[in-house]
Amino acid sequence: MNMKNLKQEKIAEDRGVELNQLKISVENFNFYYGAVHALKSVTMQILENTVVGIIGPSGCGKSTFLRSFNRMNDTIPSARYEGKIVVDTQNIFDKELDVVDLRRQVGMVFQKSNPFPKSIFDNVAYGLRINGIKDRNFIEQRVETSLKQSALWNEVKDRLNKSAFALSGGQQQRLCIARALAVQPEVLLLDEPASALDPIATGKIEELIHELKLKYTIVIVTHNMQQAARVSDYTAFFMLGELVEYDKTSKIFTNPAKKITEDYVTGRFG
Amino acid sequence: MKAIALTDNPPKRLFSTAFKDKCVHAVFFINGMLVVLLLGGIFLLLIQTSIPAFQEVSIVEFLTSTNWNPTSYVKASYGIIPMLVSTFMVTVGALAIAIPIGIGAAAYLSDVASPRVREILKPTIEMLAAVPSVVIGFLGIVFVGPLIAKFFNIYNGLNAINGSVLLAVMALPTIISISEDALSSVPYSYDQASLALGATKWQTVIRVKIPAALSGIIAACMLGMGRAIGETMTVLMATGCAPAMPEGFPFEAFLGSVRTLTSSIAIELGEVAYNTTHYYALFALGLVLFVITFVINLISDIILHNFEKVHR
Amino acid sequence: MKARQWQQLIGFGTLKICVAFVLLALIIIAWDIYSKGHSVITWEFLTAAPRNGMTEGGIYPAIVGTFYVTVLTAIISIPLGMGCAIYLNEYAKDTALTRIIRMAIRNLSGVPSIVYGLFGVVVFVQILAFDTSILSAGMTLGMMTLPWVITSSEEALKTVPQAYRDASLALGATKWQTIWTNVLPYAVPGMLTGTILGLARAAGETAPILFTGAAFFLPFVPKSLSDQFMALPYHLYIMSTQHHAIAKVRPLAYGTALVLIGLVFIINLVAFVIRYQLRKTKLE
Repeated sequence: MNMKNLKQEKIAEDRGVELNQLKISVENFNFYYGAVHALKSVTMQILENTVVGIIGPSGCGKSTFLRSFNRMNDTIPSARYEGKIVVDTQNIFDKELDVVDLRRQVGMVFQKSNPFPKSIFDNVAYGLRINGIKDRNFIEQRVETSLKQSALWNEVKDRLNKSAFALSGGQQQRLCIARALAVQPEVLLLDEPASALDPIATGKIEELIHELKLKYTIVIVTHNMQQAARVSDYTAFFMLGELVEYDKTSKIFTNPAKKITEDYVTGRFG
Repeated sequence: MKAIALTDNPPKRLFSTAFKDKCVHAVFFINGMLVVLLLGGIFLLLIQTSIPAFQEVSIVEFLTSTNWNPTSYVKASYGIIPMLVSTFMVTVGALAIAIPIGIGAAAYLSDVASPRVREILKPTIEMLAAVPSVVIGFLGIVFVGPLIAKFFNIYNGLNAINGSVLLAVMALPTIISISEDALSSVPYSYDQASLALGATKWQTVIRVKIPAALSGIIAACMLGMGRAIGETMTVLMATGCAPAMPEGFPFEAFLGSVRTLTSSIAIELGEVAYNTTHYYALFALGLVLFVITFVINLISDIILHNFEKVHR
Repeated sequence: MKARQWQQLIGFGTLKICVAFVLLALIIIAWDIYSKGHSVITWEFLTAAPRNGMTEGGIYPAIVGTFYVTVLTAIISIPLGMGCAIYLNEYAKDTALTRIIRMAIRNLSGVPSIVYGLFGVVVFVQILAFDTSILSAGMTLGMMTLPWVITSSEEALKTVPQAYRDASLALGATKWQTIWTNVLPYAVPGMLTGTILGLARAAGETAPILFTGAAFFLPFVPKSLSDQFMALPYHLYIMSTQHHAIAKVRPLAYGTALVLIGLVFIINLVAFVIRYQLRKTKLE
């Protein structure tokens, strides 16, 4: 066992969990947009097959934090970071790491549903095809599984060749989830996935998150505290780029350790 | 990180995707640098090909002499002044016509025209930019020239005024479209503020919008000027092209034949042997032309850039 | 009416007159050339070579020459221009170098066409020894068209929503896969429309080909890249200023002008319609 694993073991021990349950470990992570210090020394651990909700007022850095897990911030020109994010045993900022492999392992669903202007089938198959898979049967099978997992199969199975734009907003978002699932990631990042949806569609997405938890580790950013309370096992509260408090969801919402967390979750500000 | 396989038979990769992606990036980078090389190449090449001219012609003579006669049997002379004056004349004439009309048309498009009218007018004016310069020059000969001859009661209408009129037509689309962009990018809140104070729409256009968009409009006029200075075929065909120093300002000069930098190159380069002093001197004219247009474009570029920064 | 309203009425009237002037210029160009040129246009005019010292016959070699040289221009400027646009819009970060590249492009589009001609004479005709040929002329025009292709291609790339790129990257696509499968398919129609307009302008240019390959008179069409060629704009220039019997060939000059301007207008119209359709079906 190498040094990294020993360190992981230590962290796991500190938190009183089994090593194999630790999925992501963020260590002293700092993030800058040019001169703006957007995330300040964030340290937190995420366990396998749990849902972590990230809450906080707008501009607190929660989306930036989420986009760090699959290095989507790489596309921002002035972005800079320090520290580590370890997924399994791999520091994702390692020079040797192929960011393409990382993004296959850590899937992402965006705030605004963003299907490609292709058919429903081609949307879900996209991630497979760009990874060089040509086996038609395999792709068909995987598309079906993914659409079933995202609870969309029954609604679209008769019109897989229709444009994804013909779907409703909620369906589009579930399609984006299916698209992310098709490459079988281990971690799923959800960036306010229901913010543009009506209550019924939101309910479906939340239900889906409960089921997906069995197979995936999920990190969800939300501005809706009720939603965080409903779907997440753990909740992290961010403010002004700092991780203020991170604990079991029940604790954060009923008996937070810090006054400011309480003020936020009870709606005194934000 | 665990090697995860999407299937039991993952496709084999000869090179890592990251490596391939880096190669693609490098190819595009080189491609991007090409334009810098091209611009630098043009500049260096003009310098390099001009230099031999100054082994026989002194730079002072080149820049100050009012006599351009490279094919003289007695003594060849290479003075750029007549061409500079000619270029200056037709350009000033063109701008005197094109700037007021251009700004007026731009103001109409951005502030008076209904969206539907604008939708039709804009591409129509773009059409004007698409007319080949040689066709405009042809019209200078067959249409504008006779008109000028009749109006001023002179024998020949191929002169500086003719060139100015044609160049104005060619500079108009540039001036209009960039001025219109500048006017449209003035925030609507300015309009609202002015109208709320009881100003009419006209007062708002004149006193608020045009001053707010002024630097953009100036840049537009400079770009139009750059086009006018660099235009070849129209002036070549419509200005008569006598290589003498224009005299008798302003009327006689404008009614007389002139020969600009561009038309001198166009006329003479076809008649000289490669790599003679005359040939090199024509490249020196090209260099002067390049530097003038470059400076004008650069200044307007900077003005526009600052304008955009303010109104973003 | 109050004075201020009169003022506005007169003011707006002046602006309308300005627009009327611009439209008048366009109408004069179109009408004068159409009215005096259309009777010359016959099947023979379009398909025969000039005869009798260019006082009779048609302009077929010039049409073909312009077509060939424009194809060459396209072959050179489209890949290089689109590549540069892809680099700028997809890869380049906002660095000093990128700003220099952008500045170079804007300045290149302001370089006088005759200066491109000088460049072509030295680089293509002499240094690369292509001689005065359709190849030299095509490359010269290609260089001149480059900045237009880049600018319009980049505009088209900008219309593709960033969300497509993000979604693709987040699925583990490489940058190039993302561009190839999820940016270019939606940008290419727009890129081509702009490019076609640039090529139409190149086809109408005379100054860059004056000394790089255009010929006064050739009874045949170019058979190889090293042949000289006749071109419509150059032919019009010759027929209206350099011919020994200018008055006699004036109708032929009008006919040539009409063909040239007709081609350019048709191309512009097509591009306009395509652009309009694209905008209607614009994604999101």
